[in-house]
Amino acid sequence: MWNEIESAPREELEKIQLRRLQDTCQRVYHLVPFYKKKFDELGIKPADVRSLEDLKRLPFTTKQDLRDHYPFGLFTVPMDQVVRIHSSSGTTGKPTVVGYTKHDMEVWIEVMARTLSMVDVGPGDVVHNAYGYGLFTGGLGFHYGAEKVGAAVVPSSGGFTKRQLLLMKDFGATILACTPSFALHLAEVAKEEGYELKKDFKIRAGFFGAEPASQGLREELKEQWGLIYCEAYGLSEIIGPGVAAGCPYGNLHIFEDHFIPEVIDPETGEVLPDGEEGELVFTTVTKQALPIIRYRTKDITVLHREPCKCGRTLTVMESVKGRADDMLIVNGVNVFPSQVEHVLTKVEGTTPNYVIVLDKKGVLDKLEVWVEVDDKTFADGIGALEALKARLQQEMLNDLYINVKIKLVEPKTLERSMGKAKRIIDKRDAEGLKK
Amino acid sequence: MIKKYGIKQLSIFLENRKGRLLEVTKALRDASINIRALALAESAEFGILRLVVNNPEKAKSVLSASGFTLREQDVFAVEVPDEPGSFCKVVEILSGADINIDYTYAFVGGGKKAVLIFKVPSERLEDAIKALLDSGMTLVEPVFFYD
Repeated sequence: MWNEIESAPREELEKIQLRRLQDTCQRVYHLVPFYKKKFDELGIKPADVRSLEDLKRLPFTTKQDLRDHYPFGLFTVPMDQVVRIHSSSGTTGKPTVVGYTKHDMEVWIEVMARTLSMVDVGPGDVVHNAYGYGLFTGGLGFHYGAEKVGAAVVPSSGGFTKRQLLLMKDFGATILACTPSFALHLAEVAKEEGYELKKDFKIRAGFFGAEPASQGLREELKEQWGLIYCEAYGLSEIIGPGVAAGCPYGNLHIFEDHFIPEVIDPETGEVLPDGEEGELVFTTVTKQALPIIRYRTKDITVLHREPCKCGRTLTVMESVKGRADDMLIVNGVNVFPSQVEHVLTKVEGTTPNYVIVLDKKGVLDKLEVWVEVDDKTFADGIGALEALKARLQQEMLNDLYINVKIKLVEPKTLERSMGKAKRIIDKRDAEGLKK
Repeated sequence: MIKKYGIKQLSIFLENRKGRLLEVTKALRDASINIRALALAESAEFGILRLVVNNPEKAKSVLSASGFTLREQDVFAVEVPDEPGSFCKVVEILSGADINIDYTYAFVGGGKKAVLIFKVPSERLEDAIKALLDSGMTLVEPVFFYD
């Protein structure tokens, strides 16, 4: 265990949470006009927060609120105190921006060190980090955490599967960090290349996250690689990976001395008791640059507060069961249907009829967009239509950061085959992978 | 010149799907439309059916009503002797006038004659017709195709 707070008695933990929550409320109320207005509308002053029970009286924050204050409108520090900025892809061109002060980076590195310490990663370990490096928080989050615990980190990022396997074998990687689907893809390519997984590789544990994984996929990865499966949960709005981490007993512990969880009814906003399924909500209580009050993650889960066999007293969240919105996760990348629509409108000048089809190609997700060709967009020439397809594919890659296959179809095809209002067809493994 | 020699061709977007061609042809048959010339271009996922028919206006409304995506284009037709070198000669004239051919198709007519249909970029259509007439070629007037 990295930090003894993880196994502290609940009363002690809650005392820390309350003090930090009170500080955070003061901070946002006095430094962010958005929160002052929200608190005032509800008739709450920061001083009214006297117990953790009062958390439920505070206003929610949504992804839309972050977008409305693009890029830095919700920051509580001047830019000269910000040392890192990350950003996710945006639905209509506007991304969600998050910032970190030096202190925030320390918090992030701390929770990532706790994550890796779930299986005592440390000096002597080689962490093969295949999460994407860049604006996405996955790659750099694991990177800094691995350095903190004293492991050697290989910043391989995504892609180049065969070369990754070579490095994993030759560098003697002991820890694998990537999306679960990429871990399975690595296993399949390794077998094709003639490797014997358990003999040629020394992977003892894996940290898998950024997308949901079915129980079947988890068992498959454990079996094929012979590893301990640790789940990594996080979202950039809260901090990135490191919000919660799976222990060897398979329980996903929330680092709640930094991020206080609640589960609410997504319809009414009412807080639900432990054991009931609802939307996960987080309040950050140690962040400086971008503290967030009651952020609605849209992830559907259940909370439990019994102590775990691993010794941790931290709240356990079940693996995310689904989404309260229409967000799709494609090979670990978040995609909203509205982003797809935005690209179509931008390229075609009008919004065509379309449908998004999600399927599996081997173990990886495959996203197709079927676009109806109408009299206006129909150019009489195979070349012109192929060019339209290529342009749409390129724009999708630019805006969504994923490869999308465009298929041009006749009008009414979509209506005929799948009913008018249905914009999304998810043919992926229904068990867990389907959101 | 376009008015005199331009022929209305209908291009229809078709998915590569079983039975789709049959649906187009049935719609035309049921409306008693006669196909005078046709060509089908294909790619991996879709095709374009190009038709010259006896009544383009009627065909257009019938196909639109049946939900097909279509487009009307001006093409032109050249009548040549049905013998070696005839096609080459027309292409040579267009090439000499620096005109690109988008696509072309042909059919054999009666009396040792053949008819070649050409689509060129619309801004060069006038030039193409003029170049061919200047070289003494015979252009087919729309009335040959229409009722």
